[in-house]
Amino acid sequence: MFPIVHTRRLSDAVFEMGVEAPAIARKAKAGQFLILRTDENGERIPLTFSDWSAEEGWIRFIFMRVGKTTHQLSRMSAGESLADVAGPLGVPTHVEGLGRVVVVGGGVGAAVAYPVARAMLAAGNEVTVILGARNADLLILEDEFRALPLKELIITTDDGSAGRKDLVTAPLKELCDAGAVDHSMAIGPAIMMKFCAATTKEAGVPCVVSLNPIMVDGTGMCGACRCTVGGETRFGCVDGPDFDGHLVDFEELMSRQRVYADDERLADAEYSRECSCHT
Amino acid sequence: MSHVEGSGAPAPAEKPRHRPARIPRTPMPERDAAERARDFEEVTLGYTEEMARAEASRCLQCRNATCIEGCPVNIDIKSFIGHMIDGDYYDAVAVLKEKNALPAVCGRVCPQEEQCEVACVLAKKGEPVAIGRLERWLGDFDLACELEHRCVPEVGEDTGFRVAVVGSGPAGLACAGELRRFGHAVTVFESLHAPGGVLTYGIPEFRLPKHIVQAEVGLLEEMGAEIRCDVVIGATYTIDELLTEEGYDAVFIGNGAGLPVFMGIPGENLNGVYSANEYLTRANLMRAYEFPKADTPIWRGRKVAVVGGGNVAMDAARTAKRLGAEEVFLVYRRTEDEMPARKEEVHHAHEEGIEFKMLCSPAEILGKDGWVTGLTANRMELGEPDASGRRAPVCVLGADFTIDCDTVIMAIGTRANPLLAQTTPDLELTKRGYIVADEDGATSKPGVFAGGDIVTGSATVILAMGAGKRSAQAIDEWLKRTAE
Repeated sequence: MFPIVHTRRLSDAVFEMGVEAPAIARKAKAGQFLILRTDENGERIPLTFSDWSAEEGWIRFIFMRVGKTTHQLSRMSAGESLADVAGPLGVPTHVEGLGRVVVVGGGVGAAVAYPVARAMLAAGNEVTVILGARNADLLILEDEFRALPLKELIITTDDGSAGRKDLVTAPLKELCDAGAVDHSMAIGPAIMMKFCAATTKEAGVPCVVSLNPIMVDGTGMCGACRCTVGGETRFGCVDGPDFDGHLVDFEELMSRQRVYADDERLADAEYSRECSCHT
Repeated sequence: MSHVEGSGAPAPAEKPRHRPARIPRTPMPERDAAERARDFEEVTLGYTEEMARAEASRCLQCRNATCIEGCPVNIDIKSFIGHMIDGDYYDAVAVLKEKNALPAVCGRVCPQEEQCEVACVLAKKGEPVAIGRLERWLGDFDLACELEHRCVPEVGEDTGFRVAVVGSGPAGLACAGELRRFGHAVTVFESLHAPGGVLTYGIPEFRLPKHIVQAEVGLLEEMGAEIRCDVVIGATYTIDELLTEEGYDAVFIGNGAGLPVFMGIPGENLNGVYSANEYLTRANLMRAYEFPKADTPIWRGRKVAVVGGGNVAMDAARTAKRLGAEEVFLVYRRTEDEMPARKEEVHHAHEEGIEFKMLCSPAEILGKDGWVTGLTANRMELGEPDASGRRAPVCVLGADFTIDCDTVIMAIGTRANPLLAQTTPDLELTKRGYIVADEDGATSKPGVFAGGDIVTGSATVILAMGAGKRSAQAIDEWLKRTAE
């Protein structure tokens, strides 16, 4: 069992959770993920680390309440435990020698962008972060990003309730066109990563994306997470989650993410009905 | 052995000579095909005590018991059957467990017809003693006993050495049990949330109930082996960390060949295409058949094509049937005679209405809106024998056809998972990524041993167990040698 040591609500549907897992915390690197299971009947879901402390032995992740498991997680609090946490999994994000970098974090993707930007800064790169969200309420970790020695923090929202009223690709294109970008990374919904990849490709700027396919074991055993990258099938869990965004087949990724959409709705509806009876 | 003594009474000075009964091989009761293909309960029911005694009585108790050599771990088959004939079941279990820590598992999943039973003298007349069914009966007899009456192999006096075992599948479990007998402290690391490896994630409930795996694993814990789930060696700890910071004196790697192979044909990433590993993991380990009570979903196709001809293909096809598929096709490029699956599994699959499409090689998976709609296959014919000695399938030109289906499951094998090797640079690998190890499992890295599928490629449960046991012996010798 893995004791929950911290929970924080970041917005209406976005939550942060910290779990005691010293062995994993000692090894975690930016861009890597964990697999968790809430209880004995739980499914295995992958979540990328948002933070960790090797000294204090905890790891953190941020999730949006979208289905039964995340719904269940959102109702758990410090003192309770998760049945299983395994990791760190996946190849860490490459952060060395990148030069002038733009990191785009969209929605909950900001949770991954944070340790990635921090690691890129620590490796001596110049880092600009573009944070995007549908509205101000869904914008997360702004204070944490402000505390980093970034070159610039650009905020965009779809409705203009915070920062620029724009999509993340607008400032990304401006920065690329100004010739001030050597490397970019985009983390967020597949559709956002697709457009970031298209924008940077046009400008001739490399763009790494952190993919979030469905997984079961997370160690290369099942192949649920297969993605097409440059015409070849790769496993998100062991070959990724980071891939060259210019080569990723995003349409396939988005299609594969929806395989269990109906089942997920059913499971969440049942769960919601149960917990509204019990609370 | 810490179970109660044999049949109690002292043995008579001279046992009456055993006269083998001239009766036909005792069939094992199994559930009706139509009924069982709708649920996940076990297919075969096992012998009753009466049946077991009757079958045991067929054994000739040969002076030169060739069956023993047929067993990859050399169980003293003659002796355990001898005890069964006498009704000394506890002694029979003890003999069995002397060589095999998981009899209830092996009694169910070993290909006895190619091992001990083929070596039985009665096999010449076509009806060998049903050694596997007897093993299963004894294994179940032991599991049904209260813990204090169960046969827990004695553990050796504490040597002060600590050994890490990577993977809790057949190789790792067998190795861990043996190491405890030698008196070494053992920690078994499992990357998934439940121990058992392929016994848990791969082999379906209807062929190997998970409570049996758990009970046999529990016995290892009873012997003092520590099992730590959710630890991914190569990620949470490297092999080098196990040998240094974590303070282990030796490591056994039995992490299996878990990476699924796909064919590389168009359409393989459509929704509705699974590796057998994923399909079976969802169904077995994650209990997707209980969805939504269990949280993990599985796509319940109406028309399912399973590609392959091994036991895993049979398991996937029969699982699909149980998940409600109306039609399940088994697509194989050779004929039924060349199928590597056990005859018994093939027979069960036929009985359950799996449709065999032989001499078919998939060429493309067809789809619409991202989902599978069919499978185009080439018609094959058998040509000259290939390197495996089997006649090689050759494509018949212009004879391709389409199978209507909404699910395709690829059961064409697995290969080595690179996760562990990537973080252990001084571990010598074969070109295909398997670990290079000698007969006793010694690898290129001192103190590191390996066995099972990660050395041999996909094989059987019992071969992996045999490798795990041999490595335990070698580790014991190595530890003693280095201590000097």
